[in-house]
Amino acid sequence: MEALDILFTATFWAAAIRIASPLIFATMGELICERAGVLNLGIEGIMTAGAFAGWFTVYSGGDLWTGVLVAALAGAMFGLLHATLTVPLGLSQHVVGIGVTLLATSLTYFTYRLALPEVTSPPKIEPFAPLPIPGLKDIPILGEALFSQTPLTYLAFLTVAVVAWVLYRTPLGLAVRAVGENPSAVEAQGISVTAMRMGAVMVGSALMAVGGAFLTMSAFNSFFFEMINGRGWICIALVVFGSWRPGKALIGAILFAAFDAYQVRLQQISGGLVPYQVFLMMPYLLSILALVLVARRATYPRALMIPYQKGER
Amino acid sequence: MRLEPKPAPSLAATLLYPAGAILATLVLAALLVLAAGADPLSVLALVAKGAAGSQFALLETLTRATPLIFTGLAVAVAFRARLWNIGAEAQLYAGAIITVVLGTGVLPLPSYILIPVIMIVAVIAGGLLLLGPAILKTRFGVDEVVTTLLLNFVVVLFVSMLLEGVLKDPMGLGWPQSQKVIADAQLPRIVQGKRLHYGFVLALAAAVGVWIVMKRTALGFEMRAVGHNPEAARFAGIQVNRVLMKTALMSGGLAALAGFSEVAGLKGNLTLDLSPGYGYSGIVVAMLAMLNPLGVVLAAIFVAGIFVGADAMSRSAGVPSYIANVMVATALLTMVVAILLSRYRLRWR
Repeated sequence: MEALDILFTATFWAAAIRIASPLIFATMGELICERAGVLNLGIEGIMTAGAFAGWFTVYSGGDLWTGVLVAALAGAMFGLLHATLTVPLGLSQHVVGIGVTLLATSLTYFTYRLALPEVTSPPKIEPFAPLPIPGLKDIPILGEALFSQTPLTYLAFLTVAVVAWVLYRTPLGLAVRAVGENPSAVEAQGISVTAMRMGAVMVGSALMAVGGAFLTMSAFNSFFFEMINGRGWICIALVVFGSWRPGKALIGAILFAAFDAYQVRLQQISGGLVPYQVFLMMPYLLSILALVLVARRATYPRALMIPYQKGER
Repeated sequence: MRLEPKPAPSLAATLLYPAGAILATLVLAALLVLAAGADPLSVLALVAKGAAGSQFALLETLTRATPLIFTGLAVAVAFRARLWNIGAEAQLYAGAIITVVLGTGVLPLPSYILIPVIMIVAVIAGGLLLLGPAILKTRFGVDEVVTTLLLNFVVVLFVSMLLEGVLKDPMGLGWPQSQKVIADAQLPRIVQGKRLHYGFVLALAAAVGVWIVMKRTALGFEMRAVGHNPEAARFAGIQVNRVLMKTALMSGGLAALAGFSEVAGLKGNLTLDLSPGYGYSGIVVAMLAMLNPLGVVLAAIFVAGIFVGADAMSRSAGVPSYIANVMVATALLTMVVAILLSRYRLRWR
């Protein structure tokens, strides 16, 4: 019974929303890239770079929002690298993506060691504080779960709304979706496929980096190695699970986070009967299971992973 | 901007562009060294000296190259058939688990039987671990990149569970490590008193074996055909899915041998830091070798040299050794660009 009661507490859902926030940013980032036809496997490394860049900006005396901005810029820079190699040069998105992840991760670790050579325990910053929204915060359960979070969490939800609105309600969004489905038709309209795709990858990468920064600037207050811990790969699964739609991907991210928050609590209840590693494996296994469940009816953007060359069909 | 295929590239061009890629990598490394406030030329000289400046350094580089040859071959085989195996890290650990389970005294066999038995079971374990994602790919259309990546995390947690549970060394003073494998399960050292072991010879043999399979057998032809164009391969009567299964077994098995050779040849037991990302570095090795099995040997020695050299340099010059990881990642990206430029001409228009 105890195990079920957890599901009806506000603290549980508050934790789930907190765990979901970085995933929401990064999933939206990956979704934008893939909607434009580019699989961005740089996500894991870009999140690492964003986590460090944001944290380090604040550690060096910048304010929190400057940190978020610097993280986004760092992400966009790695996005530019990824896009240059995969869009005009048309190189394998698998190989380049893994390469960008390796490069962003190792550059981050190098910079960390260079900037903080002597530290034994990771230095802390003052992270984003919760900002309860007056009025809304008093709603039972929902108030504590949704409306007593940090500003970055609100930004994550706002991002979903903006991405959905731009993708489905603006000419820009139509063009982004079209370059992922039928690039030659877009080119015929006088829009540059290369520019659209590169722009989408840069914006998407910036969002991934902000997702990473959430971890060091809101969820925790310091940077440590391997802190992204596969979250980027999980976001790639979430995009597929959400059928490349922002709203569905958001629900997927929250469900996933709820499960993650739940396994932590089960772990405490189980009292060591089951090895804790079994619980830690669950998020990854769940992602694989989710992929298997939706794979059959997944409708990939038709031009995903297909490089475009002007004048070719 | 457009890409136009070049007429048959000359040998000079095929060598010139990869050389340019290495040069670009060195330039970036030099910039990082400058950022660290050290002198680039002397630091790079220290890296080279640390990698190949003495008998000790050279043997150390070959020792480090051994697992990279296996994982590089694993990736080269899979990528050739366009099976995107990013899970060599997990398959490596599968091989290491088998080596410890079978090698710590449960099988009362003489060394010359015990070692082959362990190798065969390790290969099967690694192969099966990749067969799962391959079946999910062919049966359900699940992208194997994501599944193999996610399995890396699952398997590392599984190893952690074993090391704190059934495989825990009772004499390990609480450290999460397994018992040492018995003497009969160990690969002998090539030079007495040095760390280089017969795993290196096995790796060379594996490279030659893979080369023969890829170039001289029907399977190798089918794998290349599937990688080149699966539709055309299917049209030509090749059973694409079956070829992908065989590729998965071969690739996973090769990666598992990396784990076997690290435990049986070098470390003696299983720990959570058995592999500092050999599975991921294998991708770089395979790409630097342009997926050629014999090239994998050279690429693995090159990458191992960077790691060993940077470790040595870091101790004396104080530049973080992560510079090696940056160089390796940069080499991967510059190399794929170099290969492209050697085959295509860029036209700005």
